[in-house]
Amino acid sequence: MLLAVAMLVASFATFAQPANDPTPLQFQSPIEEQRFHDLVAELRCVMCQNQSLAESNAQIAVDLRREVLELMRQGKDNREIKQFLVERYGEFVLYRPQVESKTWLLWFGPALVLLAGGIVVAGAMRKRRQSPAAAKTSDSNEEQEW
Amino acid sequence: MSDPSPQSSKSSMRWVPLLIVAALGVLLFAGVMLSRNPNREALPSPLIGKAAPAFRLPVLHEPGRMVTSDDLRGAPYLLNVWGSWCPACRDEHPVLTRFAESKRLRVIGFNWKDEHADAMRWLEQFGNPYFMVIADYDGKVAIDWGIYGAPETFLVDGKGIVRWKYVGPLTDEVIRDELLPKIDEMKVASR
Repeated sequence: MLLAVAMLVASFATFAQPANDPTPLQFQSPIEEQRFHDLVAELRCVMCQNQSLAESNAQIAVDLRREVLELMRQGKDNREIKQFLVERYGEFVLYRPQVESKTWLLWFGPALVLLAGGIVVAGAMRKRRQSPAAAKTSDSNEEQEW
Repeated sequence: MSDPSPQSSKSSMRWVPLLIVAALGVLLFAGVMLSRNPNREALPSPLIGKAAPAFRLPVLHEPGRMVTSDDLRGAPYLLNVWGSWCPACRDEHPVLTRFAESKRLRVIGFNWKDEHADAMRWLEQFGNPYFMVIADYDGKVAIDWGIYGAPETFLVDGKGIVRWKYVGPLTDEVIRDELLPKIDEMKVASR
């Protein structure tokens, strides 16, 4: 009975995912294993989007890990493997999006905001230094108004 | 440049915090509205507007017979990804059957990572709305199509170009509001 309940729960947990394939991946060398782990940690699982390909237990993640290892063995470099996945699943699979015109804002936006803030602060400080008396009165005004 | 009087610059500055709060409010509202879309996690397919991936797969009902992507060319088709292990496919089944019965397009079933016997039993139990079912037992072709969950549905035109993709169970609303307009658009373009 308990087993039946457990199986029922498991069947719901694996919603829209095919049955698990139990054979784990076999690595030929520690170097290959290290490269594989570094690569799958940088790829997003397409099914459970808050996990990397390395972390996810979703069946599609298992399949994609197998595919990544196969591509490695075909002699493809990391860039080519990422390109392979981007062509099929879109840019979304990359945790670190490529630097290109449509991702400039993503890459450099925070620096731009910081720069804008710096300019505003520098401007305000210079104003204050130029007319300390005016700044003082405006400060007291501010306190009254707010 | 004329220096604005301290008084007027002061009075315009006092609205700045209000504007910031209003802007944050707009941002929050937009976020809430976007999160209401139940399909918000669906990935846009990079295949739209491109040729459908080439494949060669066995037919579920005649395992010896292979079908290739070229065999399907010449007329548009709807490729529906399903599996007997997929509960949402069962919910989708009557909707898909209604669409298939309207005979607008061939509906091709893409049986994904299933056991042959399970797939056959599923179709026997619920009915077979498909023109043909192709079986991807190891899931290799599914990766080429960018499939990551079932059900998923692709609309491919007569030239073999992917026109539309939907992730999740089709509903009558999705068919009416998205699929049918796409089919009409496709027919106009091919005329």
